Amino acid sequence: MNIFKYFGEVFGAIRSLWAGMRVTGYYSIRPGKVVTQKYPENRKKLIIAERFKGEVIMTHDANNQHSCNGCGICEMNCPNGSIEIISNKITNAEGKSERVIDKHIYHLSMCTFCSLCIKTCPSNSITWGHDFEHAVFDRNKLTKVLNQPGSSIRKEIKEVKETKEA
Amino acid sequence: MEEIFQDIIIKKSDDYIINMGPQHPSTHGVLRFELCLLGETVKYIIPHCGYIHRGIEKMCEKNTYQQIIHLTDRFDYLSAHMNNEAVCLAVENALEVEVPERVKYIRTILAELNRIASHQLWWCAFGMDLGALTTFFYGLRDREPILDIFEESFGSRLLHSFNCPGGLMHDVHPNFQKKIKDFIKYFRKILPEYDQLLTGNIIFQQRSIGMGILSKEDAISYGVTGPSGRGSGFKCDVRKHHPYSAYSKVDFKEILYTEGDTFARYKARIDEMWESLNILEQLVDNMPAGDYTVKMKPIIKLPAGDYFQRVETARGELGCYIVSDGNKNPLRVKFRTPNFSNLFIINKLASGNKIADLVAISGSLDLVIPDIDR
Repeated sequence: MNIFKYFGEVFGAIRSLWAGMRVTGYYSIRPGKVVTQKYPENRKKLIIAERFKGEVIMTHDANNQHSCNGCGICEMNCPNGSIEIISNKITNAEGKSERVIDKHIYHLSMCTFCSLCIKTCPSNSITWGHDFEHAVFDRNKLTKVLNQPGSSIRKEIKEVKETKEA
Repeated sequence: MEEIFQDIIIKKSDDYIINMGPQHPSTHGVLRFELCLLGETVKYIIPHCGYIHRGIEKMCEKNTYQQIIHLTDRFDYLSAHMNNEAVCLAVENALEVEVPERVKYIRTILAELNRIASHQLWWCAFGMDLGALTTFFYGLRDREPILDIFEESFGSRLLHSFNCPGGLMHDVHPNFQKKIKDFIKYFRKILPEYDQLLTGNIIFQQRSIGMGILSKEDAISYGVTGPSGRGSGFKCDVRKHHPYSAYSKVDFKEILYTEGDTFARYKARIDEMWESLNILEQLVDNMPAGDYTVKMKPIIKLPAGDYFQRVETARGELGCYIVSDGNKNPLRVKFRTPNFSNLFIINKLASGNKIADLVAISGSLDLVIPDIDR
């Protein structure tokens, strides 16, 4: 009786091994079903989702203008303190004093991608960028200034804001 | 009293102590087991946690209710959506806000997708713990379509802070329903492969059947919930017994196994994947149109009092307890995480077995270490 049990186990083992190997064999002779991608080589063909959260960027138009008026709501909503806004008060041509951002500093190293800043931004000036290759050798390179040098606030945004206030 | 004394570990000076972890691959994170060995047999196990403690509960006290959400992603990262949902439901119950039907449906769909993705990753890692490397690649392949759905709708694959008190951050992608239907079709065809590769394997069966038997009484007294508890016949499915979101509208059965061994816990998870597919099928066609959020105040202040909400994550019951004193920040937040309770049964299950079986048993409990330490 024992010998039957022994051989039964051996054949059971071979059968279960065969069942597993059949799945592996099925895919090994069908390379079209393999889903692996060669990543660094296919960088140009990568499909990145439209809503992908890579990093926070500020959108600039062709005239190097953005729509951020430095209200500081994103800075207030950020749970980690990864956004700092340095703004200046200047007097414009009409003699009124207004706030203009000097630097919109974004610490990528502290960001947890919760998208609270982008959701709460009243002027939709910041949005998600699609860049995902963030590795750098120096940590300081992860601190970014989002507004481009020499950029200014878009005229229409100011007008819209003024009419809303009035 | 007798039962309690059995669990107390008496250390002796001539015990042979060896540390497993905190950097051991089969503990799936920074967890340290202090093993007392007799040859290859484990005499007792003392789990040491705290290596990845980040103080999330304390951090919650400094943040507003919207800002808490993204912290909850970080304890059980494989069921990030359910963790978010627990806080959102607690806040919504406190404010007595009724979220739109569409939000309830989407939350349930996402929770089930997340559950499948989590069980797939567990299946990969469990096979790898027992020496079957093939499962790792097959499981990750099938997890990819789910992650693609997540990426398309909320921009991130693992930690999607997509819920907010009152609803969702934004509406789901227009392709959402179509992609889920494709996935259900695909995964129904592919799930039998899991059985062929691992479940029927004789080596796997001999290493798991009858190994680490957890009795129903122990499961209840230690609070082992989720598929681990249901493998021992403990009826603990929060979705079934205390339905939230859209679970009251779907028809599904609670997976129960009475054996309580490693194989029963394995089968419970595999069957949960089938059951999740059933739930998805019922919900995805009936998704009502409507708003994705209700209008909430920018600064949420809960009325003074304490609020509790529990949800079923992929690993068990997650409780979220918020005490508010009426300010914009909570006074105290406490999370009852499933893995913390599930971990401490390990001494009872694995003592007396070999070290290799300890790996199988801890794998079958499906531990996620950041969830233990928070």
